[in-house]
Amino acid sequence: MIDVAGTLRRWWLQAVAHIDFPLLLITLSIMLIGLATVNSATIDSAHRMLSQAGNMGIALCVMWVVARIPPQKLMRFAIPLYVIGVILLIAVFLFGIKVNGAKRWLPLGFTRIQPSEIMKIAMPLMLAWYFQKYEATLKLKHYAGAALLLLVPFALIAKQPDLGTALLVGAAGFYVIFFAGLPWKIIGGMIAAAASAAPFLWTMLHDYQKKRILTLIDPTTDPLGSGYHIIQATIAIGSGGSLGKGYLNGTQTHLEFIPEKHTDFIFAVYSEEWGLLGNSLLVFLYTLLIGRGLMIASAAPTVFSRLLAGAITLGFFTYAFINMGMVSGILPVVGVPLPFMSYGGTALVTLFLGIGMLMSIHTHRMLVKK
Amino acid sequence: MGDFHNPDADIDRFRFRLGFAAIAVLLAFGLLLGRFVWLQVIQHDFYQTRAEDNRIALIPIVPNRGVITDRNGVVLARNYSAFTLEITPSLVPDLEASIEALASVIDIQPKDRKRFKRLLDEAKNFESIPIRTRLSDAEVARFAAQRYRFPGIEVKARLFRQYPLGSIASHAIGYIGRITERDQQWILDNERQANYKGTDHIGKTGLEQHYEFELHGETGYEQVEIDAGGRALRSLKRIPPVSGNNLALTLDAKLQEITEQAFGERKGSLVAIDPETGGILALVSNPTYDPNLFVDGITPDNWKELNEHPSKPMVNRAINGAYPPGSTFKPFMALAALEMGKRTPNQAISDPGYYNFGNHQFRDDKKGGHGSVDMYKSIVHSCDTYYYILANDMGIDNIAKFMGSLGLGQRTGIDLGKDDAGESKGVLPSQEWKKQRFKKPEQQKWYAGETISIGIGQGYNAYTPIQLAQATAVIANNGVMFRPHLVRHITDTKTGEQRLIEPKPIRDLNLKPQNLEVIRRAMVGVNKEGTGARAFAGAPYEAAGKTGTAQVFSLKGAQYKEGSTKKELRDHALFIAFAPADKPKIALAVLVENGGFGAQSAAPIARMVIDYYLLGKLPAGAAPEDNSAIEDDNEE
Repeated sequence: MIDVAGTLRRWWLQAVAHIDFPLLLITLSIMLIGLATVNSATIDSAHRMLSQAGNMGIALCVMWVVARIPPQKLMRFAIPLYVIGVILLIAVFLFGIKVNGAKRWLPLGFTRIQPSEIMKIAMPLMLAWYFQKYEATLKLKHYAGAALLLLVPFALIAKQPDLGTALLVGAAGFYVIFFAGLPWKIIGGMIAAAASAAPFLWTMLHDYQKKRILTLIDPTTDPLGSGYHIIQATIAIGSGGSLGKGYLNGTQTHLEFIPEKHTDFIFAVYSEEWGLLGNSLLVFLYTLLIGRGLMIASAAPTVFSRLLAGAITLGFFTYAFINMGMVSGILPVVGVPLPFMSYGGTALVTLFLGIGMLMSIHTHRMLVKK
Repeated sequence: MGDFHNPDADIDRFRFRLGFAAIAVLLAFGLLLGRFVWLQVIQHDFYQTRAEDNRIALIPIVPNRGVITDRNGVVLARNYSAFTLEITPSLVPDLEASIEALASVIDIQPKDRKRFKRLLDEAKNFESIPIRTRLSDAEVARFAAQRYRFPGIEVKARLFRQYPLGSIASHAIGYIGRITERDQQWILDNERQANYKGTDHIGKTGLEQHYEFELHGETGYEQVEIDAGGRALRSLKRIPPVSGNNLALTLDAKLQEITEQAFGERKGSLVAIDPETGGILALVSNPTYDPNLFVDGITPDNWKELNEHPSKPMVNRAINGAYPPGSTFKPFMALAALEMGKRTPNQAISDPGYYNFGNHQFRDDKKGGHGSVDMYKSIVHSCDTYYYILANDMGIDNIAKFMGSLGLGQRTGIDLGKDDAGESKGVLPSQEWKKQRFKKPEQQKWYAGETISIGIGQGYNAYTPIQLAQATAVIANNGVMFRPHLVRHITDTKTGEQRLIEPKPIRDLNLKPQNLEVIRRAMVGVNKEGTGARAFAGAPYEAAGKTGTAQVFSLKGAQYKEGSTKKELRDHALFIAFAPADKPKIALAVLVENGGFGAQSAAPIARMVIDYYLLGKLPAGAAPEDNSAIEDDNEE
């Protein structure tokens, strides 16, 4: 007699062995909200919900696969991924195609890719590997080396220009360096230096970037131009009130006043229809996600895995905070999607690469100890 | 951090930093939540309103303008529906190209494009804007066949103002035109801006302007939900407009028409009043213009022609032309003398044909004079010497006081134009007037010699035809003065109620009936045996009248020769009249610019008008110029 139930059970246990259920539950909750919001945002025309559900399926598979790869093996990807990423970024710099005034895409004949996306993962991976390598002999000069590894891709992306992605990539790298123990004195010095260099940096910004910052300070200066997005999004959020206008009832959304409403500005759609209550729920879920990520980082056994887990987790925070901050008008408009909510396959896959790595780190920790 | 690494210390430091990060995350999310509370709770009402404003557009529905009819219901101004070709800019991707393509189907003039551009700048993009107005049936059909090529362009029915009688009574009716910045200010000053949303035409002159707020009606609106592109998605609410109120005039369109025909090519004015009410029966200013030219925006060529024509068709002579009254002034002078006790009817003077005052000789028109002249004769034969002496006896301020009580030299308050601004005051000379009129002290002084020519209606005297008609009506109505007005009643379209414009007596001059009788008798005499006799020969009614001739420029004592003076330097001919003399139904003043003697060209027009009004008799063509009058009756 074959023990069918027993076999199925074994297979199942085998399949979910590297799944972290708290993390999965939290991301699934946010994605479900995101799916419903994408539906609301696109119900009048493009109908993107099913396509987004497909993206989610793919992303979950990626997560499942990555979660099964032990951190030691993940480390092996660090250098190749980083090097390929930098080469592609240089290629973009040389051969990239311009879309909307920015050179971000690399044509590959059949498709085109945005290499800066790769760096979002490659950067923390590379730096975590780097600090793992110099774990025993860490000296100040190693921080300088890490800074160089960070600045090259950062500069290439900022040059495209894509300040938003550059900042995210830079932040991911910085988190690794920070968790690796960058002395507070240096952090303080960097902040002081940044503050004193701000006026100089201002002159280096592109006109459209300056405009974004200026319109943030006073959106009404350009109500039909770059201030329009912020104004309309703010109206959507504010008019949502405490309890929201109800699902599918957001007037700002359905009368097309919100720009990019299923991608970067999806939070305005959600916020209009679900109000402060919905916002609080969403922020709570993100807090849980980050909390779980930080717990995983805290429990991680190796330098590589704890730095990677900490950086990935703070990356999620950065995405969420910058996006919600920009949509609600306290941060400048940069092209950052809201994690697990915004429509788009590439972003989801990148996010779930991160989730997968977190799960891998967490589910393989005992093996390492043994 | 030293050279030796303690893994446990490293982990502690790492966890400390994790904790630090966790606190930073909580602070950041706390900041976000604070922002949400600010937007969604504290500022909620503000953003709620902004969202509503975003979403709802009010599309005004322009009301039908009130209709103007004459006293018999003849339509003078109405609206008709015509097809226009309209573009909704938000639905048309490439305006220039679409208009270009459209031009191959429908004739589109440069002026149409210009107007469209102007409207486009003003309009909201969910409103449709006319590119062509008043399409012919053939054009509508042609467009309909090719309609699929032009999304966002459609044929619509719009209402246009129309003046069915064309140029007839145009100076009374006025016209409407596009709202200008000045009109906008006027609307703002009257706090009507809400009611004028969507309205693009407004009364510019005449009744159309004076009764603008009656005629306009109440603008309705449609509440529509719009999207960010300004496209109307669905109607939420519709408040229908209320049509403007209708005006029924005291004016008689047929009388008006006959009068205008009587003028023919002659420049001038006639105002006929019902003396018992002040209601205007006819108000002519010749030449006229076709008000229909203005409705859809007058073309520059037409405007230039009307505005620069030497005969000034755009000037409403009836209320804006001030002319010396000439001898038509004499009955008023005589009445003043009687009322003030300066003369008795039978008191006679001896007229040698001139009057010497100081070292200046004032001449009578009749060489050798009229002999012994009493008041009756002074009016019937228009004796100047009688009035030279009378004027001197009365003094300028007495004259001014009495003439002022007749309404001369003051705005009558006729219901034309905007407020009072449309009407001229004329000049009622007095010592006070001269002081105000001139700046230099030596010019400000009134000289007694200046009073003399005032007595025969010359000198500084200048009155509008409507003032003369009103003064005549006062005499006809036994001294009771009414405000001249054109509108008899206003029909409120909302309630159907008719609001009568009550003929309100302005004042009763309390003239003595026996004095009035003297003047009346003398004026009847004018038309029986005096200067108006030829014009009124065979009239089956008794008409009182007085001819007048007003010098255009001073001939300095030279004998006036009819033929030898250029047409534009010829004297103005005047005539005032009322009939029937015992119970007047009509009082009028006629002025013919450069018409020469009043008996010659003004009196025959008056005859035709009175004949029609009292007898219903239709004349044939323009009034004849009675040239034989020159030889006989040149004594006025």
